[in-house]
Amino acid sequence: MTAAHNLMAAGLRLGYRDLVVIDGLDLTIPPGRLTAIVGANACGKSTLLRAMSRLLKPQAGQVLLDGRPVRRIPPKELARTLGLLPQSPIAPDGITVADLVGRGRNPHRRALSRWSRRDDEAVAAALEATRTLDLADRTVDQLSGGQRQRVWMAMALAQETDLLLLDEPTTFLDVAHQIEILDLLVELNRDRGTTVVMVLHDLNLAARYADHLVAIADGRVHSAGSPADVLTPATVRAVFGIDSQVIADPISGRPLMLPIGRHHPRPD
Amino acid sequence: MTTTSARAGRRWTRWAWLAAVVAALVICAGASVAIGSRHVSWDEIAAGLSGSTDGLGTAAVAKRVLRTILAILVGLALGLAGAVMQGVTRNPLADPGILGVNMGASLAVVTGIAWFGLWTYTAFIWVAIAGAGITAVFVYIVGSLGKGGATPLKLALAGAVTSAAAASFISAIVLPRADIADDVRSWQVGGVGGANIDAIAQVAPFLVVGVVICLVSAQSLNALALGDEAAASLGERVFVARAFASLGAVLLCGAATAVAGPIAFVGLIVPHICRLLIGVDHRWLVPFSALAGAILVTASDTVGRVVARPDEIDVGILTAILGAPVLIGIVRRTRIREL
Repeated sequence: MTAAHNLMAAGLRLGYRDLVVIDGLDLTIPPGRLTAIVGANACGKSTLLRAMSRLLKPQAGQVLLDGRPVRRIPPKELARTLGLLPQSPIAPDGITVADLVGRGRNPHRRALSRWSRRDDEAVAAALEATRTLDLADRTVDQLSGGQRQRVWMAMALAQETDLLLLDEPTTFLDVAHQIEILDLLVELNRDRGTTVVMVLHDLNLAARYADHLVAIADGRVHSAGSPADVLTPATVRAVFGIDSQVIADPISGRPLMLPIGRHHPRPD
Repeated sequence: MTTTSARAGRRWTRWAWLAAVVAALVICAGASVAIGSRHVSWDEIAAGLSGSTDGLGTAAVAKRVLRTILAILVGLALGLAGAVMQGVTRNPLADPGILGVNMGASLAVVTGIAWFGLWTYTAFIWVAIAGAGITAVFVYIVGSLGKGGATPLKLALAGAVTSAAAASFISAIVLPRADIADDVRSWQVGGVGGANIDAIAQVAPFLVVGVVICLVSAQSLNALALGDEAAASLGERVFVARAFASLGAVLLCGAATAVAGPIAFVGLIVPHICRLLIGVDHRWLVPFSALAGAILVTASDTVGRVVARPDEIDVGILTAILGAPVLIGIVRRTRIREL
């Protein structure tokens, strides 16, 4: 069901009024892969994600989906191809999980149209994929943080987009729930072929899970490529301004970054 | 599939509530026709309903029929407007009365009566809609100033202040004008007692347009409820969706105020009760609030005719008595948050 879509940014300048956070950024998202965007706080990662999903108008440059500027694609049409899970969406008081997940069907429906069997199937599949089926009749305020994040993921899945952008999907979660969410994204990518783009705080989890790593510094892409190519002491120095050592993760073989603080002995 | 059966179960509950609400509305409408300052017999009711106005009893019934129709229309408009305003602003305190929209509409109407000699309902309605729209935009801008944007409490305060200011202006306009004071006063308290066929016929088209806009907006309101970013990523044009839904609410408030004066709290109470009954899905909540609003106004009007016989208490006073405790209850809830 998934078609490969090309999402790219060219010469992008983004900001809020006078404050420019991204300037002259070029980026290509590899279709059908899992991409993680990393960078220091306030480097513009979330801003970039907002621009890629039409939420923010670039001051210069363009975001292109299959060659068309995203701001020229009708919103509902775009929302059937590209979904964004914001960092802190609002769950209305007393909403049930099934109702919330059902709202992911919005771009597939027209005003006053009836709820279809197709909508039911999409919601059921999303609940199943995120293992939230048994929560369907609970209200969202009764859920734990980890369950809640899975429910939001289910809503994004019910939208059935070929591209899914997530803004720090693992923030505020303990390590078990972080792994649960990232595993879900891997399954989504593997089973449905969804192109996943996520902003992540944790460099090591990003390197562990992503096929493609993008490091942002000084308003542009510092480096992009496989985690092994990108996650080096030089990148960490340039992006976060700290010294580090990078070793091979014994579990996955991916690079693992060990930061070196002021009070830690240098290896050399 | 468990979700499907659960969904079916909820749907069934909603249909059951819908039937109950429709039945309640029919009962209230019946009571509104049958009960009043003057006791009437069943024969007189039957004669009055068939259009006869011979005799005091049947004339009273005929008048009450018009009054009931107007109460239903006004209640429907205010209930809908409240549900839509709460959805548009994600604010549990949003209500055409609290946000000052109805008082703004009144100020416009009173200005029109006093200075421009307006006298047709259609003129009242246009002016009231303009006043409602200007006030809505003004209150939203004032409530959005400062840190944190349009929080529920700031918006309510901006509305209350605007409402008070508009009420003062109305007094300032009316006080020196003995010639219009009585008319304005009885209209301003909020009532449907002056119902006549002209008012109903002229307000109906505006209400139809407003109702259609609000019903069409219900699905967008569902997306907006998840926050602006989530709504946009679900394919909504957030600003356009808000503006369109607000237009529907403003039309309804303006039209209702033009014919019945500023009635507060209906738009506040009704959506909250409906949410308790049928949940937060606007595709149900919006039409449900219309029916419940009609019940509340019709019932309040009927009660107002009975409790102070032979005098009447206007609808606006009764809804305020019912609504004030609800308002305090909502504000006092431990977490005031955006919907």
